[in-house]
Amino acid sequence: MQVNRRHFLQLSALAGGGLALTLFEQSRGWAAALPPGDRPGLSPRAFIHIHPDNTVTIKVKNPEIGQGVVTMLPMLIAEELDVEWSQVKVQMADLDETAYGPQFAGGSMTTPLNWDPLRHVGATGRQLMLAAAAHRWGVDAAECATASGKVSHAGSQRSATYGELAEEAATLPLPDGSAMKVKEPSEYRIIGKATLGVENTALLTGKALFGIDVKLPGMLYAVYQKCPVLAGKVKSANLDHIRGMAGVRHAFVLDGKFHSAAVLDSDPGLEPGVAIVADTWWHAHAARRVLKVEWDFAAGLPTAAGQSSQAFEEQAAKLLKQAPAHTIHSYGKVDEAFQSATKAVEATYAYPFLAHAPLEPQGAVASFADGKLEIWSTSQTPAGGRQLVARQLGIAESAITIHLVRAGGGFGRRLMNDSMVEAAWIAREVKAPVQVLWSREDDFEHDAFRPGGWHGLKAGVDAQGRIIAWSQHLVTFGAGAHAAPAADIGGDQFPSGRVANYVIGHSAMPLWLRTGALRAPGDNAFAFVIQSFLDEVAVAAGRDPLDVQLELLAASAGSENGNGRPSDFRPERLAGVLQQVAEESNWRNRPRIPGRGMGIAAHACHMGYSADVAEVSVDDQNRIRVHQVWMVTDVGRQIINPSGARAQAEGGILEGMGHMMVEVTLANGRAEQTNYSQYHWPRIQHTPQMHISWRITDNAPTGLGEPVLPAVLPAIVNAVFAATGKRIRTLPLTRSGFSMA
Amino acid sequence: MALNLTVNGKAVQVTASPDTPLLWVLRDELDLKGAKFGCGIASCGACTVLVDGRAVRSCITPVSAAAGSHITTIEGLSADGSHPVQKAFNEADVPQCGYCQPGQVMSAVALLEHTPHPTDEQIDSAMSGNLCRCGTYARIRKAIHRAAGDQMPALRD
Repeated sequence: MQVNRRHFLQLSALAGGGLALTLFEQSRGWAAALPPGDRPGLSPRAFIHIHPDNTVTIKVKNPEIGQGVVTMLPMLIAEELDVEWSQVKVQMADLDETAYGPQFAGGSMTTPLNWDPLRHVGATGRQLMLAAAAHRWGVDAAECATASGKVSHAGSQRSATYGELAEEAATLPLPDGSAMKVKEPSEYRIIGKATLGVENTALLTGKALFGIDVKLPGMLYAVYQKCPVLAGKVKSANLDHIRGMAGVRHAFVLDGKFHSAAVLDSDPGLEPGVAIVADTWWHAHAARRVLKVEWDFAAGLPTAAGQSSQAFEEQAAKLLKQAPAHTIHSYGKVDEAFQSATKAVEATYAYPFLAHAPLEPQGAVASFADGKLEIWSTSQTPAGGRQLVARQLGIAESAITIHLVRAGGGFGRRLMNDSMVEAAWIAREVKAPVQVLWSREDDFEHDAFRPGGWHGLKAGVDAQGRIIAWSQHLVTFGAGAHAAPAADIGGDQFPSGRVANYVIGHSAMPLWLRTGALRAPGDNAFAFVIQSFLDEVAVAAGRDPLDVQLELLAASAGSENGNGRPSDFRPERLAGVLQQVAEESNWRNRPRIPGRGMGIAAHACHMGYSADVAEVSVDDQNRIRVHQVWMVTDVGRQIINPSGARAQAEGGILEGMGHMMVEVTLANGRAEQTNYSQYHWPRIQHTPQMHISWRITDNAPTGLGEPVLPAVLPAIVNAVFAATGKRIRTLPLTRSGFSMA
Repeated sequence: MALNLTVNGKAVQVTASPDTPLLWVLRDELDLKGAKFGCGIASCGACTVLVDGRAVRSCITPVSAAAGSHITTIEGLSADGSHPVQKAFNEADVPQCGYCQPGQVMSAVALLEHTPHPTDEQIDSAMSGNLCRCGTYARIRKAIHRAAGDQMPALRD
């Protein structure tokens, strides 16, 4: 069976809002659905280098953005190679998908895409060691055993370290992959053990690890000032003055190569701007502070400068009064069901644009010489970045080398490769290695934002308190049926397929702003909307929200989605984490104290299932303190690195709280928040007590970064309702009269 | 005009103009890449270093203001991670992306200098200027308590 890897490369090049979801679909074809013998055989020689002193260097194929793959991926190889973890050193691989398979960080796909292939790489490496020893000793490899980086032959009482056998092993043919055996979980010595981050010490001693730390001989530093309104053009700038400033080597205007469209891509190409290139970044930045540009704000789109959050809100309110312009999915007899319902509950939910704001600002280092381009990148989609750079600069992809560098956070921002294009373009102009580094203001003004949205919801309940009808209308951004990146909702969104009569549709407003995937794209907003509304319906029906949810999960109706593909949503897994979190938090016996409350919510995405119970108190100023969060997550049969996995879950809770606390608003077509002083992300004092557990189920291991986030928001919203009787339907909290204490 | 600084116990001379933020002198002139640029307005704490034992945001501190003072960066705690705070952050497996960690560690060192056994509230109060976008705060608290159990060596100046 041939695996269509080209399709994968094309997908990673899209780098847009649809990315995570598309890759999600693709994964089923790539790894999970293939019998072991048909998997694309990655050579252990690309990944494993065994040194004479018996230390082992393992290449890390995927970008490290804080999700811990630099530790987790080598654990898979080291386990099956059968070496001690203390023998292992790690090294980031360069971009080479022929050797390493897909190299990206997105969609929580690193675990599902690498669990089998990398264990296979390790096992193949071990087979080579056995074969080398058997060959040297003239014995049958089947009589030899491995342990702790050594091969031994009991019959002749001989043993040799991998380091001693490495040279011989390198000359042997690769063993037949189809016969490869991997360990039983009971044999694991590395997988499943809490393992400290392999780069912890380097991080904690200030070693140069990040994109911002890359320094090449003769490297210059660049800032690139773009128009605060997307793709506005430079009419004029005081370049002569800038060129005369201390440390400045070059100052010039770039017209850009921006791809305009009714529905913009996440990564539409180089925006127009002014490049200032100097001896140090501070010289470039100081010059920028006296840069005067006359912008043509309307160059991108004549109406762009008039865009504002307030206008969007007014337009959305009008659209919600009408039927959806585009039906996404419908089954049953929704109108009749609402007529027969004993009770109908209606509500409108809204959430804002969000910025990714990873702590390391966007940037890249590029060097262009003799028609060849070399790039040091923190991209989450380096292959997509290479394609974009090739297209934009008119250079063959084969002439571009990309080195992967640790990123100071990703969260989806680095799925876009705009700073890589800027660095490549400016390096070619000035014929010297260049580091482009954005300021925090650049980062906020030129994000591909998590799109805001408005949902009109209606649920019909029968005399027994069962939900018999559900209608949902999303007002989003886009044109007609085509939603902007990360602004679409699927017809398979829960409780689709669980309610007897169901309809979901959208109406799209035009937008002149880049949008893109933010950690758990779509889900990070939809779980807030749907799981909060479900709690409202349960309250209206006089039932425990847990019972309502379990009842839905036990039901089956219509078709789960409108796209004709089988759904991989497993309702029993979501019910499982709900039941477990209810037990662990003692949900059924929760105390009822005024001003204090508990809320429950669950969500499935990216093949993971997670449920939360939050306990909050709310003071007389409507200040919320989140005291405790219980989280139970099902990502299959094996947690690879329990310490890293818990870290992802802890981060998911804090990020979920963050999504409730911040917003980006637009005025005159530009973002009004331009630094952390206006974007109040959670600080240490907001941290609740966190009780994190896993529900181990017999499913292939899948990723964690995203599934642990979405249910956090509605669990808190529902807890606030329990504490106060007030329902938060609009985010951020301040727009509903609340704040985090 | 050259400025004289004492960085991690060593006397150094730098050529940057006096109004250059200390952060960029450390990073680009002295090649000490530990302190990080995050916001440029003292809002995130990624650039935190110690000046005469006090945690300061080097992104808004003109280098001239640090002349004659003892500056300690994360590189000055220890090169091998053996300083109790570095050790505690490692053992509590605090870092996720790791970008804020040098700033977090320096703020923690300053806290423990004056408050050897801080409560959670004291930790929150001292560390609230350090943003962690990944949300490692629970482990930061744990690491600081862990470090407080160790004998703290005197800061190198």
